[in-house]
Amino acid sequence: MANDHRHDQDRTDPPPDIELRVKALESLLVEKGLVDPEALETLIDLYRDKIGPANGKRVVAHAWADEAFRRWLLEDPNAAIASMGHTGAQGEQMRVVENTDDVHNLVVCTLCSCYPWPLLGLPPVWYKSAPYRAQAVVDPRGVMRQFGTEVAERKEVRVWDSTSEMRYLVLPQRPDGTEGWSEEELMELVTRNAMIGVEEARHPAAEDRGA
Amino acid sequence: MSGVHDLGGMRGFGPVRHEPETEEPVFHEKWEGRVFGIVELIGLLGQWSIDKSRYSREQLPPADYLANSYYEKWYAGIRNLLVESGLVTAEELQTGRTSTLVPEQILEKVAHVEQVRAAPFKPSNYVRPASSTPRFSPGDRVRAINRYPDGHTRVPAYVRGHTGTVREHYGSQVYPDLSAQGVDEGRHLYNVRFEGRDLWGKSANVNSAVHVDLWETYLEPAP
Repeated sequence: MANDHRHDQDRTDPPPDIELRVKALESLLVEKGLVDPEALETLIDLYRDKIGPANGKRVVAHAWADEAFRRWLLEDPNAAIASMGHTGAQGEQMRVVENTDDVHNLVVCTLCSCYPWPLLGLPPVWYKSAPYRAQAVVDPRGVMRQFGTEVAERKEVRVWDSTSEMRYLVLPQRPDGTEGWSEEELMELVTRNAMIGVEEARHPAAEDRGA
Repeated sequence: MSGVHDLGGMRGFGPVRHEPETEEPVFHEKWEGRVFGIVELIGLLGQWSIDKSRYSREQLPPADYLANSYYEKWYAGIRNLLVESGLVTAEELQTGRTSTLVPEQILEKVAHVEQVRAAPFKPSNYVRPASSTPRFSPGDRVRAINRYPDGHTRVPAYVRGHTGTVREHYGSQVYPDLSAQGVDEGRHLYNVRFEGRDLWGKSANVNSAVHVDLWETYLEPAP
């Protein structure tokens, strides 16, 4: 790596040559037969368009609407999630941690970027960034405040540091005033950030409940 | 390794710069998606473990680790692994031209569209047979041992020397410290709860705790 350029620090403005260097690496690997270019396109499309937070939203909404499923999800998350089809790499060993009146959960990976891909897709930039990884364990309430979330002091804040191949998903509390809502309607209240734990689920008042 | 990647508890990195959830693209630049795809596809060849991948990124020069973006680190890591494993030579990386042939038994493992499309994508099994009975049970008080190994490890510095309570036994799973060196063995894995005040003293948030997954070798009975 001695010949490498020192990179610009701004992640939104990568050094001008990184694109070319990646292209060169890709060409070499294709030429050597180690990467099938069609498989590469398919894989990128898969994680860009299909494997994303909508999967997790569906699971959460189902747990809110169906008490038996909620209990199954907490007791045997792998089987419950598999029943909805959201298995795969980085989601092999799930634990679902439930927010209650007494506990608010928050997920981080201080050592790298572990995250439940089959349910949430690939992690957002901030989740992988040094500020989040550094602060989430020592000042979780301060981190959540940066997302506009204030957790009452009487509530325990429980941080899950993903240091192994176990993956954690937060089951947010179902907002009041949603009695009788369909799962499709409930899904609209579940955000990716709520399933990481930096936010609560959206409140119906903040939601335009259109069909 | 007690490297710069071990960020838990550090101060001074500034606020979390988060984009609005609905506006954030999965990949901000096209090349990021390509790096991701290359790393995943090459990973399917089974020439190294996920722990070795992590270790390759942890070994980047500390200043680069902090300054480079996420997928730049993945790019640097995969280059190192490709050469280290012999899949690609340093000369080939330099020139961009093929000068060696890949063995047939590796080419046979190259993933094609059908494999990528066959959901679910690439699940792995991390469970390994245990060579001993578990030393700890839920409710046991344990201390994370104080050690600063030179190689890969998954015990964050901020828990070392601190006492917590075993919450759950996750069975015997691939032990990362050895896996990063190419040795595949199981060790008992536990989820351990540390009270915020025990980790951070007076700096702790009120009413806070951190749960960390720790392998048995990282733990000793609380004194």
